[in-house]
Amino acid sequence: MQSMIKAMAGTPPHAHHPWPRRIVDADTWSALAAQLAEGRWTLAGLWGDAGAVHMALLDMSRGESQGELAVASLPCPTGQFPSVARRHPPAHRLERTIADLFGLEPVGAPDDRPWLDHGRWRVGHPLGITTETSGEGAPYAFLTAEGEGLHRIGVGPVHAGIIEPGHFRFTANGETVVRLEERLGYTHKGVESLMAGASLERAARLAGRISGDSTVAYSIAFARAAEAALGIEIPARAHWLRALMAELERIANHVGDIGAACNDAAFALMHAHTAVLRERVLRQSSACFGHRLMMDKVVPGGVAIDLDRAGAEGIRSLMATIRQAFPPLIELFDNTASLQDRTVGAGILSHALAHQYGCGGYVGRASGRAFDTRRDLAYPPYDSLRFDVPLFQEGDVNARLWVRIREVEQSLGLIDQLLEGMPSGDISVAIGHGPETREGIALVEGFRGDILCWLRLDPTGIVERCHLRDPSWFQWPVLEAAIEGNIVADFPLCNKSFNCSYSGHDL
Amino acid sequence: MIDMLLINGFSIQISQMLLVLLFSPLLTGLVRKVKARLLRRQGPPLLQPYRDLIRLARKEAVVAESASWLFRIVPYIVFAATWVAAALIPTFATGLLFSWSADLIVIIALLGSARFFLALAGMDVGTSFGGIGSSREAMIATLAEPALIMIVFTIALVAGSTQLSTVANIMLAGVGLRVSLGMALFALVIVALAENARMPVDNPATHLELTMVHEAMVLEYSGRHLALLELASAIKLLLYCSLIACVFVPWGLAPAGAPLHVHLIGAAVYIGKIGIAGCLLAIFETLIAKMRVFRVPDFLGAALMLGFLGTLLLFVSRSL
Repeated sequence: MQSMIKAMAGTPPHAHHPWPRRIVDADTWSALAAQLAEGRWTLAGLWGDAGAVHMALLDMSRGESQGELAVASLPCPTGQFPSVARRHPPAHRLERTIADLFGLEPVGAPDDRPWLDHGRWRVGHPLGITTETSGEGAPYAFLTAEGEGLHRIGVGPVHAGIIEPGHFRFTANGETVVRLEERLGYTHKGVESLMAGASLERAARLAGRISGDSTVAYSIAFARAAEAALGIEIPARAHWLRALMAELERIANHVGDIGAACNDAAFALMHAHTAVLRERVLRQSSACFGHRLMMDKVVPGGVAIDLDRAGAEGIRSLMATIRQAFPPLIELFDNTASLQDRTVGAGILSHALAHQYGCGGYVGRASGRAFDTRRDLAYPPYDSLRFDVPLFQEGDVNARLWVRIREVEQSLGLIDQLLEGMPSGDISVAIGHGPETREGIALVEGFRGDILCWLRLDPTGIVERCHLRDPSWFQWPVLEAAIEGNIVADFPLCNKSFNCSYSGHDL
Repeated sequence: MIDMLLINGFSIQISQMLLVLLFSPLLTGLVRKVKARLLRRQGPPLLQPYRDLIRLARKEAVVAESASWLFRIVPYIVFAATWVAAALIPTFATGLLFSWSADLIVIIALLGSARFFLALAGMDVGTSFGGIGSSREAMIATLAEPALIMIVFTIALVAGSTQLSTVANIMLAGVGLRVSLGMALFALVIVALAENARMPVDNPATHLELTMVHEAMVLEYSGRHLALLELASAIKLLLYCSLIACVFVPWGLAPAGAPLHVHLIGAAVYIGKIGIAGCLLAIFETLIAKMRVFRVPDFLGAALMLGFLGTLLLFVSRSL
């Protein structure tokens, strides 16, 4: 990483914490893209700015728990930048988004179709030089697959069930999927536009609403980026309370997902039981922190609510309940042959793809990519806690569910440690603003994987630019690959095992 | 004096036709309720299927622009064929008027026609889901129908008739414990699950359009059309339960010419049998996951094989 940073021999314009940011020229930018393609770094984010593009690179070459992050920035005065996707496919949709939002053109990009912009915003390039558009929508050229007996099935964006909107275009040969193409962007809310010019308080609330099921993780990511930018140290108790909320969120989501995936294989029994467990977690969260999803409880500077003795006792008894109820459910999951028949061997994601795309969370860890921000780019209090990062190699639906199961067990252990060692003291500090423009970055482990937050605050403490990258950005594309060769009827199950966020991705 | 009154075939036939028509949504409601209770949910009321039918019947039927005349008449064909088929199976009494003109083979043919037209309607609108549903249904049917025919042969060989009233009477008289009949029962249960779009072949409660079979075919239907199709599937479920009850547990069936109170007892016993069948179905569906679509042929292949073996065994045992 040091060599990379030296190669990026530009001076940073503003203070950037905790990891370095360097200005690079087009050649270095292209060289970095080539190194990404070689697999030397992992792409952690690629986003636009006023007249510049930024790329976050993750270096894991020093081994476990020694991860490093750096940001390379390329000014694009001409409105163009060399495409990263040309060499490194994971950058595809990120570049298309940059083109949609900022009007910056990736030169040499293999795919120049719009991504988030469906032509219905009545404004083009909302974050760059805006243009007026008709708002009537533009036709979208889906990729073709031709051959005898192939037929197309379009699903969504409105689905029969109550799920988020997304369009899936299958090309199938009978029941076998030959190609799947996703089209997302239906839940675009303009978060990045809303962020620009927002006060820190408002921006924190916005960040907590990007993907409702990960609201704690998003809030922590935003708060950590803001604190890094402003150079604030928050009290230890705040760190521990944040982790407690994050682990509760992880347990609730994982338990819910395990049941929901079984439900997609029409095994409603698991779903019924896990729904009860999830509900218990949500109710306890509500009792302790005043909100079922703990929304807005993590704020820049600390946390908004303290945990009292009764709350801690409530969580302890909740943990006991889960410890008692969870293992029989896992036994049921593992011993139901008809269910195993569905999950084993379905939707296999290869090792190579998981590494290339830097898939975070259970998607990566089920395909042999052992990366967990809590361990590899450890932030407090995880640097002082004991936990394992479960790893599976099979890459199928079953493995993704097993990663979740093992992570629930790890989270139970973490919560024990958190309650045991919870330091006393304040839960927040006042936040001011710097005398100059400051930038911060944070990488936080949500239940889906690593959430990146990059933030620039102006001297008055107003957000100039904030980018939040959901883990789903690097999981949606590999779902297309994982479903290939599977049967159409298995897609819902595979999709559920990925459970990517629509809202987090569409911003 | 009423005891002495002999109930004739005509009135039995009419009451039986009304019984299956009016009773079938209750069975659907029962299965849903039991499934819900097993999942610790309250579940919809037992009478919900009736309310749904009334609601649908009152609604406007929206028909796709690309639909042909076939699309409109199929619900009526499917409903009529299924209803007639159900009327041919002795539920509480054997002396059915229609029985003498139609046997088990006719029942299979009627159900086969209903399915054929439904599959056509699924493809008629030209949506991808209808096509998927129809092609999956056709795949299931190509295996389920031969299996059903083999089951009929087995039963016919044992009873010496394909005539259900006769079969029921002979079964009542006692044919002893037969391996072939056991195989036929097992095969018939499998076929019944597949034919009624139940688990593990199809999930009647799914919201996942890509996994549907039966639901995908009727996805474009609405209003009274949908009400007829829903009622037809409820009748079909009752039909299969009645068939199994009639052939394998015929006790309680009122013989032809029996007095009224015997018929009333027969009706009570019948309702009890169907209730047990509904509960068993709900329990079974709760305990398993749905199969991969391509596992269905293996599952139905087992039914076909059992049907074959049942027939073969009878021939072998007879010639020895």
